[in-house]
Amino acid sequence: MSTPPNTPLPEEHPIAPYLRMDRMPHIWCPTCGIGTVVKCFATALEETQLDLDKVTIVSGIGCTGRVAGYMNLDAFHTTHGRAIPFATGIKLGRPELEVVVFSGDGDLTGIGGNHFIHAARRNMDLLVILVNNFIYGMTGGQNAPTTPTTARSSTMPFGNFERPFNLPHLAASCGATFVSRWTCLHIRRLTKCIRTALGRKGFRFIEVIAPCSTLYSRLNRLGSGLDLIKFYHDNSEIRHGADTRELEIGYQDSFVCGNFVDEERPTFLDLMNAHYEEVLGDRYVRMPPEGGWIHE
Amino acid sequence: MKADPAGVLTGVHYLDGDFACGEGAMAAGCRFVAGYPITPSTEVVERISRRFPMMGGTFIQMEDELASMAAVTGGVWTGTKCMTVTSGPGFSLMMENIGLAAMMETPCVVVNVQRGGPSTGLPTMVGQGDMMQARWGSHGDYELIALSPQSPQEAFDLTIVAFNLAEVWRVPVMFMMDECVGHMTEKVVIPPSDEIDIVPRVLSDKAPGDYLPYEVNGRPVPEFVRVGDGYRFHTTGLTHDERGYPVMSVECQEDSVHRIINKIRLNANDIVRYDEENVDGADVVVVAYGITARVTRMAIDMARTEGVKVGFLRLIVVWPFPEDRIREIASSTKAFVVPEINYGQMVLEVERCAAGKAPAILVPHGGGGVHDPAVICQAIVEAAK
Repeated sequence: MSTPPNTPLPEEHPIAPYLRMDRMPHIWCPTCGIGTVVKCFATALEETQLDLDKVTIVSGIGCTGRVAGYMNLDAFHTTHGRAIPFATGIKLGRPELEVVVFSGDGDLTGIGGNHFIHAARRNMDLLVILVNNFIYGMTGGQNAPTTPTTARSSTMPFGNFERPFNLPHLAASCGATFVSRWTCLHIRRLTKCIRTALGRKGFRFIEVIAPCSTLYSRLNRLGSGLDLIKFYHDNSEIRHGADTRELEIGYQDSFVCGNFVDEERPTFLDLMNAHYEEVLGDRYVRMPPEGGWIHE
Repeated sequence: MKADPAGVLTGVHYLDGDFACGEGAMAAGCRFVAGYPITPSTEVVERISRRFPMMGGTFIQMEDELASMAAVTGGVWTGTKCMTVTSGPGFSLMMENIGLAAMMETPCVVVNVQRGGPSTGLPTMVGQGDMMQARWGSHGDYELIALSPQSPQEAFDLTIVAFNLAEVWRVPVMFMMDECVGHMTEKVVIPPSDEIDIVPRVLSDKAPGDYLPYEVNGRPVPEFVRVGDGYRFHTTGLTHDERGYPVMSVECQEDSVHRIINKIRLNANDIVRYDEENVDGADVVVVAYGITARVTRMAIDMARTEGVKVGFLRLIVVWPFPEDRIREIASSTKAFVVPEINYGQMVLEVERCAAGKAPAILVPHGGGGVHDPAVICQAIVEAAK
């Protein structure tokens, strides 16, 4: 006998309080990798015991761009590529908030690439979680700036001849103070990584390799999403502190995961406040942590 | 409420329009500005970046205009009043997130000190060619508000009005200056802060569980909250319901998009603003805005010496357009004359509202300078015949 569709689950999922359960079911395909990254993020939030009223999530457009919409936080689903500058406005408008950007590879490093490098350069105090599925999923599997050379996409039907980004190297060379890469099957390690990153300041970048089960996998005949998740996990070598120049990802090749950068450097706001205090002294009026709003 | 004294530089000054606009923003309570340098608008943010550190404001120079407008849209949700400043090429880039601001109902001010276009055009010289772009530049259907100052004094006064209108109607407000007004230096009187009326951000007093971000209950705009106050709200550029959740349906599109259009259309008579003189009984009515309104005054004086009964309607709020008033005037005047520094933009609105009852005669100027008043005068005299 099958279960009637509206029968309540016997027990609430442990991360249900972190999600907008009234928006379930989500839009992601079966065996998509994004869901486990959301689970790791929610678990990390729980473990850090941060005040969730002070955590804000901002996404751009695309499959991963839908994450903001499912998190039970103040959440912004913005324009394609602009999650980082939108989040910058929030951070500078109310500095006390922990602002998390959660989006995809095409969104953050294709159309949003300029914002990505400048936010890293400024050491803007944002945690950026980027799910890299090597392809534009929502629009139908087109070539991305991360598509491995020779992989097929719907706009490179004869194989990609471009060279993809090495994202951890890009982030690190632009000034990110925390840089990691995991796959979506490194549940425990990714959760710990996010938890650590939530305790740091500055531009923190976590790349998560995940399968696009519907498009990337099918266009390249790589089996189901589960096959691909397992492949990524089993073909990743953990090398903490690896030289980020060595983190390129070849098509169906082994690649390196780990925590590569974890440095402390003053953030944009630290530098701005220290600088104005030095040059203006008592004349400097710092924007209060709760924001520069004027109200009755 | 009255203005925060920290942002008000009370006194009599000799300022250019760009500086005056910056002072207006600070007086209006703006405390976050994100911008990217572009001539002839840069002096606005130069002024602000010099004064902001002393009043708790933050200026950031972003990597481009896409980022500037995105940062402003994000910043608004912290409760902070926000602005960005640009000129034509940057205005084009901002269109994407101006649409987002319209869709999310995010009040903010976008200053465009217009120069000659299209493309890179005449970076250091005047134009008024972005008037239709201000209204229609982002994709899809939406309404917003735009103003056009004619002097540095108005650059100050109307910037405050722009912030207040943005707050009341929850729309991005386009502040359509032009290079002449921006770079013209004149007397600007900044009153004491207790004489400046400010519309503050009004927050919902509902409990988080009772609050829906886009619930209107018959009001034109929804109640606002701030990010970080425990409401755990969601907002999106997708078509959304009262919860701010995406809903891909014909019904939701009709409900949500029609409402953000109607909040302006149905209240246009509360928003429009214009100056008029001698319009009743005039043979010809000149419609102008910005620097061209100043030039037009001389042309009108010249036409009057030739015996023409000339009226003048100066647009202050340009969008929404004063449709009803133009319609009324059209049935009593022989013709409208519309000088503007473009090849015919606001004249199309005059023509539309006149609906054939009176012709709308364009006096174009391609940009890079202002009209010769004699040319406008000649058009007035011809139209009166």
